[in-house]
Amino acid sequence: MKFGIVINEGPYQHQSSDTAYQFARAAIAGGHEVWRVFFYHDGVNNASKLTAPPQDDRNVVTRWARLAEEHKVDLVVCVAAALRRGIQEENLAQGFRISGLGQLVEAGIKCDRLITFGD
Amino acid sequence: MSSGNVKKFMFVNRKAPYGTIYALESLEVVLITAAFDQDVSLAFLDDGVYQLKKGQQTKGIEIKNFSPTYRALEGYDIEKLYVEKESLEARGLTEEDLLVDVTVLGRAEMGELMDQQDAVLSF
Amino acid sequence: MLHIINKSPLSNCSLDSCLRVATTGSVLLIEDAVYAATTGNAFEHKLRESMAGLQVYVLKPDLEARGLADRLMDGVTPVDYAGFVELTVSNKNCQSWL
Repeated sequence: MKFGIVINEGPYQHQSSDTAYQFARAAIAGGHEVWRVFFYHDGVNNASKLTAPPQDDRNVVTRWARLAEEHKVDLVVCVAAALRRGIQEENLAQGFRISGLGQLVEAGIKCDRLITFGD
Repeated sequence: MSSGNVKKFMFVNRKAPYGTIYALESLEVVLITAAFDQDVSLAFLDDGVYQLKKGQQTKGIEIKNFSPTYRALEGYDIEKLYVEKESLEARGLTEEDLLVDVTVLGRAEMGELMDQQDAVLSF
Repeated sequence: MLHIINKSPLSNCSLDSCLRVATTGSVLLIEDAVYAATTGNAFEHKLRESMAGLQVYVLKPDLEARGLADRLMDGVTPVDYAGFVELTVSNKNCQSWL
């Protein structure tokens, strides 16, 4: 089955990005495809390359990037939400791309299931 | 269920405007979805019904008043706006307090409508 | 339909609203919503009443993280993340009550 995932909250402040990540990993392990993860609202903060958590904590940003690279997951950051919050190409983490809201609608059309994680 | 490439998208609005940005950014997705020729409906429950309250004046808080956009939805062929009856009543509101024409549904009807969707987006 | 809830019913109305509107299908409690499925919490009776029409599941890793694995009420099925994925597959659509 083809999954689309929407993440509406930033890393660390909320659990939503963690839950979404565990869900994505389980879906892939179960033989499903995670076609796209769309970062919206404060979720765009998951794509900041300036993120530097303490060493004994998980790195939410690089963890997404690694999953994307290993399993061809398209990580899309909403441009309008990103610009509002100071996420731009120059501080965008590797593995993510900035694009329009149409990418979210496209995920809703093309994926068998669209699942939202937020607050 | 859907036919061909047209899917049923429902946007569920359960949050009040201004206190958080969810309502405004949800509306931005709704407008984009209209351009994809999908079957779009909007549902308003809980504090989401406050998004449609007439008479919003935001000058004093210096945040853009986006409530006129709900009236513009018709121009984008988005005409399915559903409000849950129980949510309205719990807030002392009636249809007359709302700035657009809506269909008021009881909670069970709202639940059935949600069941029929292909993609439900809530923010 | 699968209804996904992530907030404690003792501080937020999401679960209450979901149970008001949804009378059939499945409910999955994740993150802070797992508190709803623990014995002795003030929302327990309401969740139990809903089980007449709804299947209720709880995300076990979230329950364990919060120290409540031994307080799970009867009738609620614990699932892991793979089980979460399965629920989204077996239901034809899903909704997150944020």
